[in-house]
Order: sequence, then structure tokens, then C-alpha cells
Amino acid sequence: MNLLWVVLLPLIGTLVPLLTERFGRNICTLSVALLPACSLILVLMFAADIFDSQVIRQSIDWIPAIGLDLSFRLDGLSLLFLLLILGIGLLVILYARYYLSSKDSMGQFYAYLVLFMSAMVGIVISNNLIQLWVFWELTSISSFLLISFWSHKSEARKGARMALTVTGAGGLALLAGLLLIGDMVDSYDLDTVLASADLIQSHSYYPVALVLVLLGAFTKSAQFPFHFWLPHAMAAPTPVSAYLHSATMVKAGIFLMARFYPVLAGTDLWFMIVSLTGLITLLFGAYIAIFKHDLKGLLAYSTISHLGLITLLLGLNSKLAAVAAIFHIINHAIFKASLFMAAGIIDHESGSRDMRKLNGLWKYMPYTATLAIVAALSMAGVPLLNGFLSKEMFFSETLNQSTLGSLSWIIPLLATIGAAFSVAYSLRFIHDVFFNGEPIDLPKTPKEPPRYMKVPVEVLVALCLLVGIFPAYVVGDLLQIASFAVLAHDVPVHNLAIWHGLNIPLLMSFLAMMGGITIYYNRRHLFEFQSHFNEADAKLVFEGIVQTIVKVSQRIIETIENGSLQRYIFLLLLLTFVMAALPLLDLTQNIGSRPQIPLDGVTITGAVLLVFSAIATVIWYRKRFLALIFLSVVGLIVSLAFAQFSAPDLALTQLSVEIVTIILLLLALFFLPQIGKKESTNRRLSGDLLLSGLLGCVIATVCYAMLTTPLDSISDFFIANSKTGGGGTNVVNVILVDFRGFDTLGEITVLGIAALGIFKLIAKMRIYMPTRDDSGRKWSNDPHPMMLEMVSQTLLPLALLVSVYIFLRGHNLPGGGFIAGLITSVAIIQQYIAHGVLWIKPRINIDYQWLIAGGILIATLTGIGSWFFEQPFLTTWFDYFKLPWVGKFELASAMLFDLGVYLTVVGAVMLILANLGKLTTSERVQIKEND
Amino acid sequence: MEAIYAFCVGILTTCGFFLVLRGRTFTVVIGLTLLSYAVNLFLFASGRLKLDGAAVLGQSVEYSDPLPQALVLTAIVIGFAMTAFVVILAMRSRADQGNDHVDGQVPVQQNNSRFSNKRNS
Repeated sequence: MNLLWVVLLPLIGTLVPLLTERFGRNICTLSVALLPACSLILVLMFAADIFDSQVIRQSIDWIPAIGLDLSFRLDGLSLLFLLLILGIGLLVILYARYYLSSKDSMGQFYAYLVLFMSAMVGIVISNNLIQLWVFWELTSISSFLLISFWSHKSEARKGARMALTVTGAGGLALLAGLLLIGDMVDSYDLDTVLASADLIQSHSYYPVALVLVLLGAFTKSAQFPFHFWLPHAMAAPTPVSAYLHSATMVKAGIFLMARFYPVLAGTDLWFMIVSLTGLITLLFGAYIAIFKHDLKGLLAYSTISHLGLITLLLGLNSKLAAVAAIFHIINHAIFKASLFMAAGIIDHESGSRDMRKLNGLWKYMPYTATLAIVAALSMAGVPLLNGFLSKEMFFSETLNQSTLGSLSWIIPLLATIGAAFSVAYSLRFIHDVFFNGEPIDLPKTPKEPPRYMKVPVEVLVALCLLVGIFPAYVVGDLLQIASFAVLAHDVPVHNLAIWHGLNIPLLMSFLAMMGGITIYYNRRHLFEFQSHFNEADAKLVFEGIVQTIVKVSQRIIETIENGSLQRYIFLLLLLTFVMAALPLLDLTQNIGSRPQIPLDGVTITGAVLLVFSAIATVIWYRKRFLALIFLSVVGLIVSLAFAQFSAPDLALTQLSVEIVTIILLLLALFFLPQIGKKESTNRRLSGDLLLSGLLGCVIATVCYAMLTTPLDSISDFFIANSKTGGGGTNVVNVILVDFRGFDTLGEITVLGIAALGIFKLIAKMRIYMPTRDDSGRKWSNDPHPMMLEMVSQTLLPLALLVSVYIFLRGHNLPGGGFIAGLITSVAIIQQYIAHGVLWIKPRINIDYQWLIAGGILIATLTGIGSWFFEQPFLTTWFDYFKLPWVGKFELASAMLFDLGVYLTVVGAVMLILANLGKLTTSERVQIKEND
Repeated sequence: MEAIYAFCVGILTTCGFFLVLRGRTFTVVIGLTLLSYAVNLFLFASGRLKLDGAAVLGQSVEYSDPLPQALVLTAIVIGFAMTAFVVILAMRSRADQGNDHVDGQVPVQQNNSRFSNKRNS
């Protein structure tokens, strides 16, 4: 049994709806529900162990060197949340089936929803702080997708952006906090952290870490003053609200506080921050909720208020209060999810959520109304319903604390006032929607929803009743083990009875009821009083701030990034110079002890030519054709230099690449201006010259120092094993195809990708084809010269033969796939030049893309082939054979690999040049005159 | 000989950087090509210079370092692909934007490719 599957199953399930969407709504819904349901069953199978007070752990090594592993942990608290997340999640999946209209993309919706579910599951079972945080961020992202699901609505987009910004920023604070905690205990392992309470609380960074972690929790759980994103997130489809704002997203913050309760709680600082924030949020949410005309708006503020209540309980630093908090987590999730679903049904069946229009729905949908009324009464805390029980516990806890000294009596008073408002808005929800006259011009005539749309609500309302009437039987054990996890094995005695006798909490409940009824009865006065305050629209304020930030950063970017490549490169080079030159200051001696080679006349001539041509390229860079000629001289000297210094393979490669490059640049020059104008000021020129000169000096110094330092190389290994291990005497080639074959495979892949990129760039190029050069002379339209045609045609077989020879001998003598490929390409390009693209086209009808693909495929398959002989990837094999007439010869799997290299090189070079050449013919994309 | 080699690498670097700092695409491409020569020679130099020591077994008494050679060989080919990509990008930029500036100063009358095409023809 693997804990990993609990999170992996829903994660895989993310893909399911995308595949099954086409089979219709019912099959899609069923298939989506399948994997989370399996996950839930898996959790239930673990549950027995958890009820035995065990903690299940599972860990997979990920990056052990830095203490990161994929680690999971299932205890009572996790179990409770898993049941809520997966259970309510499944109900929401069923509900959404009926809620979504045929216009909505069901597959997309379910994919987001299940992704979100997986992220939540990941949070609650993570046993590693960083891993927990990754899942935490995943909830922010997936909730963004869910809230903005109706992306055609501006408010959905804005609401989603706001939620992402607030929770995302909180997530960053949380990361900082978690890193601090990880630093304090020197481990990111949750078990270790949970066992180090004393260490953390006595640490001097404890306040900072606490505030950072709480910032993460408060933003997620919509605590004052970060609450404003939640009402705007109501632009989401109602199933999303029912899920995110009852059991999951907003509870993630609560979960975080509960998870770290053993470590972070218990101090005065915790009490001050958490309980006061909770208290303010509780009162604020309850007060504002009553004024919301939008059904979901009312529920949103009520959610804020109840989250405040839970936070307050967690902040009281009393064990019984923590138990009450966990109890209320369960209760709130149940009644709030059912209320949101009921609101969704009302919206779905009547076309409106405005309580000024919605009246007297009892007549039209008595069944739904009954369900909603029960849930709303539970929210109000009416006896025999689950909301009552946790509210009673809450009241008695506010009475039992004495943390504010002689002012402690204020907390129960404020709690009663909050509860009164809670009763008032619950009453409004019931009375205003289901009674209170007749509906006022609703878009649709309300009716009962489809049968199965009510099922999720029925299940939840039944739970409200069951928990309310038989609390100890239904949730007693679950509450016990969850508290066990939060309170670190020290759960106080609590009594989940309905009747505790006549006591002060009951009196407070009674007062709250009466108060709530009074408030609702006199609501007109209250509404009039409230209308004197201009409520700032959080959306406008938020957007304003965002716009200002965007404007400021735009201004900064515009100043820094002016679109001038010159400037970027100049700054880059300047930085490079500073970074490279500074260490050189410490290098006192730049001559090493390695004996130097004496100069000879040929080398000096070559060097002079090279320097002269390089400088000439710079001097005449505006006469581009001339510059290109000088450039080719430089390239030739470089290849000669390779030949001189014992690198025949390099010399051959450089020579053939040089040819190809110059042809390419000549072709390009045909389409680009051939002569540049003087544009740079003299000041700029001298500045550039100075900088590049300085950099040249730095490079030359480094190069000289390197050349004169004795060499300590790993190459002796290659030389010693080239023949015995790789079966070839040309060490360079054996390195390419054998020792470092994996690198070469990567390189030819890059080559192929570059060529395909170029192909795409050329394919849609609408470039003007010049008929005259820059000085106004007409380009010659002569046919291809006959001499050239004849000679090149005769040369082709010879050239191909040479390339085959170079290829075959590559393993033992200078040559190989790269060089042979280049020679073949040059031979074919020669034909293009001599005959023109149109002549070649019917004769060499090869799709060069396939050549590249084939080459890479052959090389890869050669590598994979070694698996069949139980060897690592790209292990080579070779042996010697004898044939009559031919004599002894060698076969090596490396040659097959080299063939792949060869094909890729030919394909890439030809794809580039042949397509570029096409631009000069009628094959090119036509530019229409009036286009 | 080492000194003159290092000097050449320095000259190539200087010329390459100077051209890369110019304001038109084609010159930048030429600069990049010069730079890639310099880089290849520099990388090659990490195996030190050796005469008559090709790394082919049985052909020389002492072998030059084959590893930098293998690295530079692929670098040359990839360098070609990169040069090709940049030069085609330069052409595409001229085709789409009607000019070959990379200095951020786009002349107004050349802002439109069709316009400049007509003017040229």
C-alpha cells in the first residue's frame, strides 16, 4: 500500500476528463469521479491504522544531498482533511455535472477541479516543508484557473487575478517562513520540525518566521485585512465556490495553522496576532454579510466570518479551543458547501442571485428550500444542528480564557455580537429568498432542479443533522484523532453532548438568537445607517494599485530596454570586461613554465595574413561584399592553423564549414543591403573600439597564460583506450562517437532543431527580391555557365566518393560523419550553384527534414540497441571480419552512430541552404502588389 | 609561437566584438562569425599547441590532446547552425519590418516593408 497513490491518483485524474469529454456528460462525470473515489477508498483503508493513533509515513528519495525527498505523512489531521477534500470534492463533481451548461467546456472544468483537488491532497499529506509549499502554490494556480473559468467575464478575470496576487504573495511569505523554520531545525522534514517546538520558539528568528507563516495562512484563509479577494472570487462557477470556499482553498490556511500549532502556538505573540485577527475578521465578516444583496456575496462574507471564528479559536492558546476549532472546520465545511450548492441551484433555476428579486421561492421549490433552510439554520447555530455544537464550544472557550487580563470579558461579548449578526444574515438568507412576498421579474420561472443535482445537498444536509443530533457517534473519533495530531498527543477531555445543562454558553446562544432576530427585524434602519458609508470597491482599489505598478515598471523597462541591440551588447561586454579583468589583476605572472615552440616563417606569414584580413574585415565592414571576402580568408587561415597544430579533423571540418558559411552569407547578402551607411558617431566608434580592444587584450592574456601552462589532461585515458575500447585509432573520432557519444547525440539534435527553426523562418518569409544591386546595376539574368555545369556534374560522383571514403576511414584516420556530411553537402550545393534550384528540384527530390529525423533516429536507435545486450545506453561494439578479396576489415556499432551523424549534418545543411536558395526562384512566397 | 597565437586570438576577439557592436544585422553576423573563430581557437588552445602530433594512434610519437579537438569539432558545426539561424533571422526581420536595424532606431519611412519594397523597385 502506498501513500503516494493518494495524491497520484487524482493527479493522473487531471487528464481523464480531457480524454473522456467527447463521450458525453454522464460518462465524463463518472470517469472523472473514478480516480478521486479510488483515492478516497485508499484513504479509508488507511483510516483503521490512524484510528489506532498511528502515523503512516512514506518517503521516496528525491535529492537526498540537500535534504529533499518526496515524503508523505498521514495522521489524524490529514485524515480529516482528506475526507473533506475528497468527499466534498466528489459531491461537487456530481453537482457540477448538472450545473454546467452545454456551452461550458466540461473537460476543462473538471481538469482544473481535479488538479486543484490533487494540490489540496498534496498539502495535507506532505511531510516535507518545501513539498508542502509546492502543493500550496499549485492550489493558488489551479484556483486561479477555476475562478477565471468563465474568462469572457471581466469580473471573473479580475477576481481570479486578485485571488492569485493575494494568495500568491502570501505563498512567497510562507516560503520564506518555511525556509527560516527549516534553517532553525536544520531539516525540512515535517516530523523533525514538529518535534522541535522548544528550539523554534526560543530562536531569535521565531517572531519573523511566525509572522511570515501566518501571512501565508491569513492570505489563503481570507483573514482581515486580506479578506477582500474572497468576495470577488465569487465570480467563479458556483461548484467552484462550493468547493474552494467551504472545504478546501480557504481551509488550507486554517490547516497550516493547525499543522504548525504544536510548533508555533502557545506564545503571547501567537495569541496576539492570531486571536485578534480572527476576532476582527469574525465581526467584520458577519457585519458586512447582512448587507450583501447577492446570495453568494452573503455566503462569501459569512465564510470570512466563520474562518475568523476558527482562527480566533486557534489563537486562544487553549487545548479545548483547538478542539473546538477542528470541530468547527468540519461543521463549517458541511453546511457551507450545502449552502453554496443551494445558492447555485437557486441561481440555476431562477436566473438570478439578487435577493431583492428573489422572494417567495418556497412555493416554487419547496424541497430545495427545506434543504437550504436546514443548512442556513445550522449556520446560524440552531440546536440539533451541527453548527450549534461548535458554536457552544466556542462560547465556552471565550469565557474560559483570561489572556486579556481584566479586559477578558470583552471577548465573549464580541463573540455574542458576532453570533447575533450570524443569526441575522442566516435569517435574511431564509426569509428574503424563500418567503417575503413574490419574486420580482426573474429571468426564469423558478422550479425544482434535476433530481441528482439535489443529491449532494441532501447528503450534506443529512450530515448536518446527523452530526447535530448524534455528535459523539458520527464525528467523535475523527475529532479525537485530529485533535490528537494538532495537540501533540495531549487531548483534553471534551464532551460532545447536545445538552450541557443550563449554563452561560447556552445563555449566550439564546442572546445571540434574540439579537439576530431583532437585528433582522430592524434591518431597514441598519441598511439606512450603512448606506451613509461609502464602501470602497476592493476591485477598483486593487486594480488601481496594479495599474500603477505596471505603469512604473513599464517606464523603468522603457528606459532600460530601448530596443537597441548595440546598447545591450555594450553593457554585457562592459560587465564581462570588469568580471574578467578583475581576477587578472591578481595574476602576477602570465608566462607558465611550459616550453614554447620556436617561430617559423610559414606560421608568421599565416599570422600576418590572418591579422591583416581580420582588420580589413573591420575597416571595410560597410562594403559588405568585400568584408565577406576578407572573412573567408580569415576562416581559411584558421583551418590552416588547425592543420598546423596537429588537428587534421578540425582542419577538414573548418574548411568545409567555411565554404558552406560563405555561400550562405553570400545568399543572404543578396537580400540584404550590400553597402552600409556611416551611422555611428566617431565617439561611439572609438568607444566601441576601446572596449573591444580591451577585451581582446584580456582574452589574449588569458590565452597566452593558458598556452604556456603545463597541461594536465584527462586525455591519456582516451588515447590509451581508443583502440582497445573503441576499436579505432583516430582518437578524436572515437571520442565523438564512443566515449562522448551521448554529447554528440545531443549536438546533432541541436543541429537538427536549428535547421528546422530556420526552415520555419524561411517558409513564410515574404522578402522582396531585388532586381538591382545597391548601386543600381541590374543583376545578371544570364543562364548558368556551361563550363561550370559540365565540370560540377562530372565532379559530383567523385566528390561523393571522397565523402564515402572520408566517412569510412573516419574511425581510424582523420574523417568521420561530421566531415563526410559537410563534404557531401558542399558537393550538392555545388550542383545548386551550377544548375539552379529549378533544375535540381526534380533530380534530387529528398525531403531534408526526413533526412534529419532519420539521422537522429538512427543514432538514437544505435544507442538503444546496446540495451538489448544489457549494456548502458550507447555502449559500442566492434569486431574484425575477413572476407575474400576484401581482406580483414572492422565493423563497429559506432559506424552506425556515425551514419546518423552524417545524415543529420547533410540534412541540416541542405535544409538551410536549399530553402534559402528557393527564395530566389518562383518557388518563393509571392508578394502580391496590393497585399 | 604561443605568443603570436594568443595575439591572433586577441585580434579576432577585438574585431569580432567591434563588429557585433554595430547597428545593422549583417555586420553583427560577420562579427559573430569572427568571434566564433576566436572562441574555437581559444578552446582548441586549452589542449596546448603541438606540431606533428595528430591524435591518430601509430602516426605520431607524441599525441596532441584529442579532447579539445573533439569539443571544437562539434562547436564548429553548431557554430555554423547558429550563424545560419541568426542570418536567416536577420533576413526575416528585414522582410517583416522592412529594415535591418538592430540599434533601436527605426527610420520612419522604412517602417513598412511594402513601402520600402516599392521604393526599391
